[in-house]
Amino acid sequence: MRNYLIKRLLALIPTIFFATLIAFVAIRVIPGDIIDQMISQQEFSDQEVTRQTIEKALGLDVPIHVQYFRWIKNIFLHGDLGRSLWKNTKVTDEVMARLPVTFELSIVALIFSLLLAIPIGVYSAIRQDTLGDNIGRTISILGIGVPNFWLGTIVIIYPSIWWGWGPQLELIPFWENPIGNLKLFIVPGIVLGFALSGITMRMMRAMMLEVLRQDYIRTAWAKGLKEKVVILRHAIKNALIPVITLIGLYIPVLIGGTVIVEQIFVLPGMGLLVFEAINDRDYPIITGLMLVIGVMVLMVNLVIDISYGFLDPKIRYK
Amino acid sequence: MANHSASIDAGHVYAPVRRRSVVDFFIRLFKQKHLGAIGGIICLILLLTGIFAGYLAPYGYNDINPIHALKPPSSQHLLGTDNLGRDMLSRIIYGARLSMIVGFSATALSIVISTIIGITTGFFGGKYDMIMQRLVDAWMCFPALVVLIVAVSVIGPGMWQIISILGLRYGITGSRIIRGATLSVKENMYVRAANAIGASTLRLLVRHILPNIMAPIIILFTTRIATIILAEASLSFLGLGIPPPAPSWGGMLSGTGREYMLIAPMMALIPGLALTIVVYGINVFGDAMRDLLDPRLRGGSGSYSLKRKKGDERSSNIRSLFFGEKGERS
Repeated sequence: MRNYLIKRLLALIPTIFFATLIAFVAIRVIPGDIIDQMISQQEFSDQEVTRQTIEKALGLDVPIHVQYFRWIKNIFLHGDLGRSLWKNTKVTDEVMARLPVTFELSIVALIFSLLLAIPIGVYSAIRQDTLGDNIGRTISILGIGVPNFWLGTIVIIYPSIWWGWGPQLELIPFWENPIGNLKLFIVPGIVLGFALSGITMRMMRAMMLEVLRQDYIRTAWAKGLKEKVVILRHAIKNALIPVITLIGLYIPVLIGGTVIVEQIFVLPGMGLLVFEAINDRDYPIITGLMLVIGVMVLMVNLVIDISYGFLDPKIRYK
Repeated sequence: MANHSASIDAGHVYAPVRRRSVVDFFIRLFKQKHLGAIGGIICLILLLTGIFAGYLAPYGYNDINPIHALKPPSSQHLLGTDNLGRDMLSRIIYGARLSMIVGFSATALSIVISTIIGITTGFFGGKYDMIMQRLVDAWMCFPALVVLIVAVSVIGPGMWQIISILGLRYGITGSRIIRGATLSVKENMYVRAANAIGASTLRLLVRHILPNIMAPIIILFTTRIATIILAEASLSFLGLGIPPPAPSWGGMLSGTGREYMLIAPMMALIPGLALTIVVYGINVFGDAMRDLLDPRLRGGSGSYSLKRKKGDERSSNIRSLFFGEKGERS
């Protein structure tokens, strides 16, 4: 276990290095744009601005690898991700301000998806190829197939046509009014979680099918146990373990989904920030956000990989 | 992670896909997997609609006719018209062509990339594999949509740009599955034998390994294509996909059209419905394929359902032909 842990942590170092490289280089392939945009914006101000002064102020006047090392140094020494090109605020502040919204939205989506997926997935597996299975699988594949931007649009349009109901557009802090806050998040959460529930259902079904073919399940049947006991006590426990790993894979899906859901429901989260920053070509924010998201995903995966060993006594890391 | 699944997979023998088994596969699809058969039919309809869009569509996809704007469905316009008076049905039909082109080309590109990375990392191993795996890890930790919108903002919108971006994004991710398959195939005796008689590395890869990992490649293709069609639609919805006059299903739900959706709800309903049906069809088809071809999910001695179905025996030889990858990361 200890050796595995050390190996796992060592492997993380090059991964994070590559991640910073991807985040940094991806967006800087075309510099200049932001500066053109800024010059055209400042044409009407009294200050004389030239390309050089802006480049110097933004630290874009040095070669790209120097910029990269400067950026890395600031992150590791000061925890500083740089400043927004437009707003001149700290990137860390911008991200931190948006993080709670995305976090809450993701949690609501995750809970909803698991509540929907696990029972249906289990039922689908124990009644394979029956009508119930087909309905269950239809729901799950619909979950994957229904685009969340469409579901979100429909959820906004039809209730407002039929009942004149529209989603609330003002953010209520959780600590002031928990119920009002949850009301705000429940619909976007369901829209976001529906896609995940599809994936979970599929995984749950597949895992159950595999577990149900194991010898110990046959033994349980042979002992004369009731179906309820076989399924609940013997099968589900074993089938759930790989499904838990999925949560690690969900983090990127969830964050990708928030870009769209937050856009539709106008929730000021990280997803909306990504979109705004890309429209503004605000590189420090985009790189900062990508790095924060990437490191978050890597950490969640690390925790899940390690907890896997504790959850499943069959797994012994060498 | 990949190492665990690879060790589980090791020991399975892949055999090349033969024509006989393809026919068998379709017989069993229609006999045993009714849902999958429906999916197959939906895929076929998408293909035909895409190919014959020019003949099927009553109007052009960009025939603007302001007098008939925002009309509900009628005999003239079966699905109504949008805010510019364009026939929705025609736009949906041409949209099928667009989805098909983007779906197939981007998936093909992604499979090529996956195969090249997967087969080389799996075969050569060592430092090269280690570095590539860390790179793939790093690549995969960014959400697909975030990478895609950043990439589009860098190289600009447009059909070929979108195809290459989608292909690259999902190609690198998918390499894991090909690598896993390669790892288990390369241990086979025939690969060692070929190596022993002095076959070149290229020959080993192309003639001995590639044909034997065709099964996971085919399954990867069917599972990827739905994801890629959805990703293109999401990008177009955000206004970063294929630029406006093009009838992208995702694009129809975005932009100026959004303002008119309260007046003409059909505008919002139809494109999403088309997209859902297509993705649904591809997914159930892929699912049925995996269920039928994965030997571990088929009835055996420890089978949960002890009833054996007719037609199972006659095609038992293809059991060993395919098996699907498990725990795919996307």
